[in-house]
Amino acid sequence: MAPLFDYTLRLADSALILGHRLSEWLGHAPLLEEDLALGNIALDLIGEARALYAYAGTVEGQGRDEDALAYKRDAGQFRNLLLVEQPNGDFAVTITRQLLYSAFAHPFWRALAQSRDATLAAIAAKAEKESAYHLRHAGEWLIRLGDGTAESHGSAQRALDALWPYAGELFETDAVEAALIAEGIAVDPAALRPDWERTVQAILAEATLAAPAGTWMQSGGRSGRHSEHLGHLLASMQFLQRAYPGASW
Amino acid sequence: MPLWEVFIRSRNGLAHKHVGSVHAADAAMALQAARDVYTRRGEGLSLWVVPSSAITASDPAEKDMMFEPTASKIYRHPTFYKVPDDVGNM
Repeated sequence: MAPLFDYTLRLADSALILGHRLSEWLGHAPLLEEDLALGNIALDLIGEARALYAYAGTVEGQGRDEDALAYKRDAGQFRNLLLVEQPNGDFAVTITRQLLYSAFAHPFWRALAQSRDATLAAIAAKAEKESAYHLRHAGEWLIRLGDGTAESHGSAQRALDALWPYAGELFETDAVEAALIAEGIAVDPAALRPDWERTVQAILAEATLAAPAGTWMQSGGRSGRHSEHLGHLLASMQFLQRAYPGASW
Repeated sequence: MPLWEVFIRSRNGLAHKHVGSVHAADAAMALQAARDVYTRRGEGLSLWVVPSSAITASDPAEKDMMFEPTASKIYRHPTFYKVPDDVGNM
C-alpha cells in the first residue's frame, strides 16, 4: 500500500505546512478580525492534516502516529507543494497564496469525496466545506486589495507575480498518483485545471490584477526538493518535539 | 474603517440577538468578519450585520423620562392579578 501512504502524506503535508504558515500570523494580523479569521483557517487546515496523518500512519502500519509524521521528518521527507511553504510576506502575499491554493483545494476535496477509499472520501467531505469558506475569504480580500488603493493594488500584483510560478505544481501527477487515479482512489489534478482557472481568472478580473504571462513553473515539492524556507519553518514547528521528545501537556 | 453591529440567531424560531461588533470595509467583509469572530463555537445558524451608524439610540441622559414612569405601573405585570382558585393552573 505504499502509493496510498505517499498520496495521503502529500495531502497531509500541504495542509499542515499551510496551516502552520497561517498560524504565524496570530497576534500579528492587520486587524483583530483577520487575526481570528487566519487562525480559524489555520485550525481547519491543521485538523485536515491530523486526520490525514492518522490515516497515513494506519496505512503504513509501522506504528507512526500523526506526531511522528509531523514532527520527526526532515525537510527532504516532506511532500507538500512548494506554494504552501512560501513565507507569509505581507498580507497581500498571504492572501494571494491562500487564493491560489484554495481555488484548487475546493474542487479537489469535492472530487476526492467521491474516492473509492472510504476514509479519504470522509476526510474530503469535511474539508470541502472548510475550503469553500477559505476560497471565499481569500477571494473577497484579493478583490478589495487589487481594486483598492494604488498601494494595495501594487502589493497584490507583486504577490501574484511572485507566487504564480508555484501554481503549476498543483496540477502535476507522477507514477504514484497515476496508479491511484486509475483505481478511482486519487483525483486527477489536471482535470481540475479548467475549474481552477475559471475561479482565479474571475477573481483577478474583478481585482483588476493580471496573471503573469510567463508559463515556466516551479516543481519539486512532491519529490522532496524544497525551497530553503521549509527548513526554517520546520526548525520552528518541530523544535519542541526535537528538544523534548515525547513531550505532552 | 466602519463599525458593524453583529446579530446571531442561534436556533430556528428564536430571534436574532446582538452579540457585539466588528470593523470591516463593507457589508460582505463585515459578514465574513462576524462569522470568524462570533461563530467559532457553533453559536448560530444565521448572521446579520448592520452598520452601527444606522442605529438610533436613546439618550442615557433621558432615562428618567423614558423609563422611570413604568416603574410604578405594577398592574402591567401578570403577577399583579390574583387568579381565582377555581381556574386551576393556567
